[in-house]
Amino acid sequence: MTRFTSYRIAFQTILTKEILRFCRIWIQTLLPPAITTALYFIIFGHLIGERIGEMDGVRYIDFIVPGLILMAVITNSYSNVVSSFFSSKYQRHVEELLISPVPNWVILSGYVGGGLARGVLVGIAVTAVSLLFSDLDIRSFGWTLAVFVLTSILFALAGFINAVYAKSFDDISIVPTFVLTPLTYLGGVFYSISMLPGFWQKISLANPVLYMVNAFRYGLLGVTDIPIGIALAIILLFIAGLTAFSLYLLNHGVGVKS
Amino acid sequence: MEQAPGSAEKGDLWLRCSYHLRFAFPPGAVFMNALLLQNLRKTYRNGFEALKGIDLEVAPGDFFALLGPNGAGKSTAIGIVSSLVTKTSGRVEVFGHDLDRNPEAVKGCIGLVPQEFNFNQWEPVAEIVVNQAGFYGIPRKQAWIKAERSLRQLELWDRRREQAVSLSGGMKRRLMIARALVHEPRLLILDEPTAGVDIEIRRSMWSFLTEINLRGTTIILTTHYLEEAESLCRNIAIINQGRIAEHSSMKRLLNQLHNQAFVLSIEQDLTRIDELGDYRWQRLDEHTLEVEVSRGQSINGLFQALAQRGLEVTSMRNKQNRLEQLFIGMLNASRRRDAQ
Ligand SMILES: Nc1ncnc2c1ncn2[C@@H]1O[C@H](COP(=O)(O)OP(=O)(O)O)[C@@H](O)[C@H]1O
Ligand SMILES: [Mg+2]
Repeated sequence: MTRFTSYRIAFQTILTKEILRFCRIWIQTLLPPAITTALYFIIFGHLIGERIGEMDGVRYIDFIVPGLILMAVITNSYSNVVSSFFSSKYQRHVEELLISPVPNWVILSGYVGGGLARGVLVGIAVTAVSLLFSDLDIRSFGWTLAVFVLTSILFALAGFINAVYAKSFDDISIVPTFVLTPLTYLGGVFYSISMLPGFWQKISLANPVLYMVNAFRYGLLGVTDIPIGIALAIILLFIAGLTAFSLYLLNHGVGVKS
Repeated sequence: MEQAPGSAEKGDLWLRCSYHLRFAFPPGAVFMNALLLQNLRKTYRNGFEALKGIDLEVAPGDFFALLGPNGAGKSTAIGIVSSLVTKTSGRVEVFGHDLDRNPEAVKGCIGLVPQEFNFNQWEPVAEIVVNQAGFYGIPRKQAWIKAERSLRQLELWDRRREQAVSLSGGMKRRLMIARALVHEPRLLILDEPTAGVDIEIRRSMWSFLTEINLRGTTIILTTHYLEEAESLCRNIAIINQGRIAEHSSMKRLLNQLHNQAFVLSIEQDLTRIDELGDYRWQRLDEHTLEVEVSRGQSINGLFQALAQRGLEVTSMRNKQNRLEQLFIGMLNASRRRDAQ
């Protein structure tokens, strides 16, 4: 058996374990985003949206669909990895991996793969809900899929880093509450930044989530506030940086070895 | 695949043979240890020096005890060997593989049963064992076969579908043993496997370990019970405060332990005696004698031997041997710690 085969088997094992984990607790992991999104659609899309009219030339309810899908993907990819990896530290079963001949990049891929799997499943659920309220007519399927997958990977990586540093359950909710949620809400999910005064538009440009939401909205609706090439470059840059940092942390045993 | 040097050139046969022989007989193969530690040191981040340069050799096939009181550094040493703790300096070799140069080969040789439960409590028993096999690169189907064998050996197969959290303490320990054995490691390391396990389960665990050792698995276990080490292991190292205090065979150690030494004051002048039967003795001064009484010899016999030589004992005291003192000191220390 070649080394590569062993790695592939180890990767599949971690990935399957991760998928089974969130499926076992689907009431906590898969159901809430579907319900939350339905509420957003009813309240913002349907009740309030009808008074708002159009935004960037599309119906308001259609305008918020991409942002809501992506918001669910971001939150779920992140929280899947942060809670899974933190609890593997907390219950110490991360040691099962540390003593095994699995390279760190395989461990990282397995966990990120788990976050991506949950992102995909939640994305599908939320998209299904959104079809009840608006007719999605995808402009560019490839582009939509690419942004979807890359965003999910990016936040899975971020969740991993959060888990590495986390020492208590508080630490795994601080970042989502105080950083992630504000960034997504201010990332142009519910509005076009062209509505903002010039100063706030500039501030918004420092928010990486803005680029992802716009790139995704471009894939689905064909409208965007910013050049999509730049958006893609920024996403890729973040992924590269976070991957390198995660591997550095694993190689130095930060948070897992004494 | 690596290419044999010179194979492209027209053949220096000897060179090529010796190159290929390297794989059949890796350097040092004859004297290869299952575990070799050289000057191993560990200082934790808080500045505490848990290992102060330990050396250890464990031969293949051995059943080896690392004995020491709580806090001696046993788990730290085990942790370094199994890649859970990073060493500060020193050298670790497992079956000839260097931990720094080839960590994956080292990891592949070892099965670890840690001191504390470290499985996912919410996973079913079988999944824990099958996944561990997967981490070692064993394909799913084979992993199930191996897991079944391993779980049956430890009488857990009937509970395979239950969540680990529902097992009793003894079963959880057995689960960790089953998990450690699933990839058939050459070296099984158990960190205090019987701590907090009742006497019956302890005995059955002992006979199980003896059996797999007889079938060829090298075993290292840490313990703070002298009795456990004594009834299981062939070789032993005693560790205390991060240092190896003794490293020898169990037989030699027990002999030392079972020898009692007495210091006798003798009325007569001792310079004229030059033998004392089977007793090992030494003259401390003209009127003082130190005698060892080993297992099978009696103190009565000693007095007879002295009387036959016209020697009269005026007083006698027990001289504790160094090891006993060491043990008692250790046990007191660990008792104090347990009481806290
Ligand atoms: N992560 C750590 N940080 C600081 N000190 C530690 C850590 N782990 C263990 N120690 C200390 O190192 C010493 C040896 O611990 P350990 O190897 O667990 O002993 P043993 O297994 O022999 O009981 C103890 O004094 C313990 O308090
Ligand atoms: Mg210990």
